Amino acid sequence: MSWARRNQNWLPWVGGTALVAIPIFLFPAAAPAWDILRLLIVWVVLWQWNTYLSRTRFGPIASPLLFGLTLLILWEMACRLFAIPSVILPPPSAIAVALSENTAILWGDWIQTVLKGAVSGWLIGSAAAIATALLVARSDFLRRGLLPVGNFVAALPIVGTAPILVMWFGFGWESKAAVVVVMVFFPVLVNTVAGLADTTAMQRDLMRTYGATPTQTLRLLNITAALPFVFNGLKIATTLALIGAIVAEFFGSPTFGLGFRISTEVGRLNLPTVWAAITVAAVTGSLWYGIIALIEKRLTFWHPSQRGRG
Amino acid sequence: MAIDDTPLSAPGAGIGRSGKVALALRGLPHRIGPVLAVIAALIALWYLACIPMNAQNALMLAEREGIAVTPATAQERRDMSGIALALATPDQAVARAFGQDRPRLPSPHQVVEELWTSTVGLKVTSKRSLVRHAGITLAPTLLGFLIGSLAGIALAVGIVHSRLMDLSVMPWAIASQTIPILAIAPMIIVVLNSIGIQGVLPKAIISAYLSFFPVTVGMVKGLRAPSASDLDLMRTWNASALRTLLTLRLPTSLPYLFASLKIAVAAALVGAIVGEFPTGAVSGLGARLLAGSYYGQTVQIWSALFGAAIVAALLVATIGVIQRVTLKRMGLAG
Repeated sequence: MSWARRNQNWLPWVGGTALVAIPIFLFPAAAPAWDILRLLIVWVVLWQWNTYLSRTRFGPIASPLLFGLTLLILWEMACRLFAIPSVILPPPSAIAVALSENTAILWGDWIQTVLKGAVSGWLIGSAAAIATALLVARSDFLRRGLLPVGNFVAALPIVGTAPILVMWFGFGWESKAAVVVVMVFFPVLVNTVAGLADTTAMQRDLMRTYGATPTQTLRLLNITAALPFVFNGLKIATTLALIGAIVAEFFGSPTFGLGFRISTEVGRLNLPTVWAAITVAAVTGSLWYGIIALIEKRLTFWHPSQRGRG
Repeated sequence: MAIDDTPLSAPGAGIGRSGKVALALRGLPHRIGPVLAVIAALIALWYLACIPMNAQNALMLAEREGIAVTPATAQERRDMSGIALALATPDQAVARAFGQDRPRLPSPHQVVEELWTSTVGLKVTSKRSLVRHAGITLAPTLLGFLIGSLAGIALAVGIVHSRLMDLSVMPWAIASQTIPILAIAPMIIVVLNSIGIQGVLPKAIISAYLSFFPVTVGMVKGLRAPSASDLDLMRTWNASALRTLLTLRLPTSLPYLFASLKIAVAAALVGAIVGEFPTGAVSGLGARLLAGSYYGQTVQIWSALFGAAIVAALLVATIGVIQRVTLKRMGLAG
């Protein structure tokens, strides 16, 4: 690798590797050692390419994309070369086919699990947590009591309440939203309470010299100071919300929903569809996280963690 | 030495407390008081919630014993809310709220009682012993935690030393956590089962997947924590990257490591518990939860849940103790 780093003239090098690689692909070999070698060569070529790319100005965007592409290519190749049965690991192409064939079904699942279960629960849970935090932050006593308890509860396996809540709220989306509310509440609460307290004596004194009323202090100082913490909690909560909504469906659901789809299709050993459902969940999770991160960037541009990055 | 540490042979030595202990004890009410108040409030709320939650069942029991209840038939009561029922026949609803056999919401003392009988009251070998179930869940938790932490540390070392890995792997490590791994849990277990891998390993893999991420993120931060001047000093000594890693970066990262290990061990426990759901496992904390939900044994569900909570607390506390001892010996914590 260090040889490549010193070699600034990358094009002939990569081209050379490609020239070596092509014959290996043209002559099909039966021995598995050959197959492993092929995988290795593809990996090395793409990694070298990525090494070069990472030093250009497109690096921050192109490198992760190429890395993801590399993994997909290797996955597809491994599935084909070693004839891995699709029951164990379907190739990405089969997953893509399953995704396009089941679009209508997965769309219904998505609405049931993500929109009705996860998003509604996430909104209710986060709103309740932030409201509670605003009340709690007024009293130092409550804050000192609630923070350790909240931290403790946030570390608990709350997913375990899913069977109880499904028993209480029935099989519909309401029980999934309830699980999400419970899962989301404490991480957001703890983060918000910690954030509201994260002001320095200097800042508080400044508000006092300005003659700010308590409401003004809360709005201009505490809530602003709490925003990075709140967003941290909200980002953790997006992942938890999806997990909660999907896992709650294992304990009882109508005949649609991502969790239901995953558990029934696993039972039928229809793995490409399972992976398609997982892809839907993963893309949803990434987008949701991305949206929250974008809003965070807009609102907390002043925070050190947001400075100095693109 | 604390201020009032006296020689061992001095008159009055050994009476009273040493300065350090006294200081710790003096701070105790300040810290414990609010926590106890919050816990007491939560328990009171719980008891209060039991009344409307269990009213439906309570009035049915009362009716069976021939006691008059206000909406006389179960038909009329079915569509009423718990609060309305509790207000209609308060005495019966309150009297029967806390001791039902299969309540919708068991009262705290019922859960504590069940916890006590299923841990202390039974032999560890008994099939209903919660200690045995906790032990069965603990094995994949610890194995997965070990694998996940080591993988997380290795990944962090790679990310810190290679710009390419930082650029290309880190975004995917973050993206990997937006995949609801618990949704994949059934698949991992069924698939590994089909190729003949059973027992602890599949659950440990799920635990490892959940616990690697906090360790990676924490260690990347920790390994980058040494100041520029410290790193420059290593460079002036012509230290190799490995030497810098071992003597500077790793020791500096320890506080970050412990903080993330605490998160990771709790996540590993969640992974092991959820890993028990799809297999229809007969033993383990997750299996107790599942069996309880199948047979409507609410008290059993709640005690399994609290059992899991206690195990999580013990695991986190253990790491906390190791953290304290280690950091103290390194002179990083007072």
